[in-house]
Amino acid sequence: MRRDNKFTKLQFTFLLLLRFAIGWHILYEGIAKLLDSSWSSVEFLRESQWVLSGFAQWIISDPNVLSVVDFLNTWGLIAIGLGLIFGLFSRVASIAGALLLLVYYLNAPPLTGIEYTLPAGGNYIIVNETLIEVIALCVLALFPTSHIFGFDAFFNGVCKKERS
Amino acid sequence: MNDKVNSEKKVTGNNIENEKSTGMPRRTALKALAGIPVAGVLGFEIWKKTKYDNNKRSSIVKELGLDDIEFPTSDYGSVKHTGDLIRVGMIGFGSRAGALGSALGFRHPDNVAARMGTKALNDWMQQEYLNVAITGICDVFDMHAENGLATAKNRVRPGGESAPDLPVKRYPTYHDMLADKDIDAVMIATPDHHHSRIATDAARAGKHVYVEKSVALKEDELNELYNTVKSSNIRFQLGHQITQSLVFQQAKEIIKRGLLGKITLVETTTNRNNASGAWIRHLDANGNPKPGSEETIDWLQWLGNAPYAPFSVDRFYNWTKWFDYDHGMIGQLFTHEYDAVNQLLHIGIPKTVSSSGGIYFWKDNRDMPDSLHCVFEYPQHDLTLLYSGNLMSSRSRGRIFMGRDASMELGGNAIITADSQSTRYADAIKSGLIDTSSPMISFNPNAGQIDAITSASEKYYASRGLTTTTVNGRNVDVTHLHVRDWIQCIRSGDTPCANMDVAYEEGITCIMAHQSYLQRRTVVWDEVNRKIV
Repeated sequence: MRRDNKFTKLQFTFLLLLRFAIGWHILYEGIAKLLDSSWSSVEFLRESQWVLSGFAQWIISDPNVLSVVDFLNTWGLIAIGLGLIFGLFSRVASIAGALLLLVYYLNAPPLTGIEYTLPAGGNYIIVNETLIEVIALCVLALFPTSHIFGFDAFFNGVCKKERS
Repeated sequence: MNDKVNSEKKVTGNNIENEKSTGMPRRTALKALAGIPVAGVLGFEIWKKTKYDNNKRSSIVKELGLDDIEFPTSDYGSVKHTGDLIRVGMIGFGSRAGALGSALGFRHPDNVAARMGTKALNDWMQQEYLNVAITGICDVFDMHAENGLATAKNRVRPGGESAPDLPVKRYPTYHDMLADKDIDAVMIATPDHHHSRIATDAARAGKHVYVEKSVALKEDELNELYNTVKSSNIRFQLGHQITQSLVFQQAKEIIKRGLLGKITLVETTTNRNNASGAWIRHLDANGNPKPGSEETIDWLQWLGNAPYAPFSVDRFYNWTKWFDYDHGMIGQLFTHEYDAVNQLLHIGIPKTVSSSGGIYFWKDNRDMPDSLHCVFEYPQHDLTLLYSGNLMSSRSRGRIFMGRDASMELGGNAIITADSQSTRYADAIKSGLIDTSSPMISFNPNAGQIDAITSASEKYYASRGLTTTTVNGRNVDVTHLHVRDWIQCIRSGDTPCANMDVAYEEGITCIMAHQSYLQRRTVVWDEVNRKIV
């Protein structure tokens, strides 16, 4: 992939802000789950409809699978959030985040004809914040900023040194 | 690489001479660390929020005087049920007996096979082994008796691998079972018109009794049962289970602490809206009549002391519809509501009861009303208990305790909402600490702690009924806990929670409500002569 990065300062600033904002959101989602000892994905999965509902039911039906999913979910969110904020393995974090959020989206897509017990925070048809966040993470993966504003820069530095 | 350097130049627009010497110039390194202050701010905000939440929670908890609250702890999961094996006989083995068997630790092999690998079965396999065996089955219907035998013999059960493998016997009548010295205790899950007679005979025979509600359909039968059990040495438990839920223990504490203020009204309700809920249960999934005929069912024994009626599959499966066998919604549904309220408030027998209702929708051959409303007056407690049941609407109306300072909706969860006119909470409401438009506190039985910060979703979860409760981190069937209480009392000599005194109060209350409906008048309890007048 070409990495021209011929962004203007302003373009760079807002790409970076987007990365920080999504990282912030995902990291806090993970930490909030970690701090809430009673949290479990079971309520969310119980509501699951559309293509992944069978998968969700399978997770709920086995307490061992459920606890693994809860663990991976919490620590996955934290790892992705840290990756985005610190700019460490930022592209991997962006892609992983997009995939994880896509799974959330597919479990509860706001499609006409599918109704949920819990009220939504706004009004949605097909597109909701989760889907937008998925797309935004894809944008971040395609327009990286971490090789300058992030720990990834050190790896670049190391590579550069080795190559020179 | 040139591109990259160019881009850095473009973005940073700073001097690049450092880069030549070190490969990682200071400014570039600083930029690489740009995420650190962001993470720092987030960390600070999380700390601030956690502190705020904890403060808010503890100030509400303190305001309510709950800071020293102690909820009863359960020894569930750590008890070894030692001592002699208790040999249980099951009298009646229909669907409810299947649930009782499961609560004892026995399930039919088909039931186990169908649930293999599910969480429900895993939870059940973790149930405490009660050191009991089902050794006797009595049912007038061959098919039910066969189910009972297969259930009792199934070796796949909680903790029972090393349990003694005793033979299971089918008895032609319950008298034969009661005469057998190898039966220690009986569980009675027949149609209701047999309950008091079998329970009385069992008590006379010295067998411990677990009997499903209703305890008795007639006042004289109830009196006879009461006197027999009281003069015997058996442990008696009436089949209720919802008060075993952890949330009831918490609600009990709430009431004891007077958080609701003076309670003058309790509203209990049941709404259902389908044929099964209206006790039309004689057809299978394909609309064909369920099995059973006079060849396979001892119909005269089934009728017992009830007036003769010709056999029909309708009558056999849907007996709840007729007053010869049951009190309808009072016996099947209100009993649970009464039990819930009486266990919390100890209200006992009402002074007067007025019932009204009618058959407004399910106009088949039934006696029982499908819309029924009863008012129970307790002037001695300054309290009215309302019951309203309807079989044509599934709108949930809940079970609500209304106090001067707060109200409590008690279902799968206990949700306490402060009253906007409360004097007790006036200051806290004024200061904004308590918001009367949302629940003040709720008890989540799964979290096992006070949830003083309530969210919009709380009500949704809370309104869902629970058939299991969480004890020491495990999902446990509430009927199992109720059966366990009975078994433990048989071994220890203690009194079970739904004992004969409680059952008597409930029985009289229900008979009063039923008589009031039949006679279209207010029925009065004569406390001096202990008689319904």
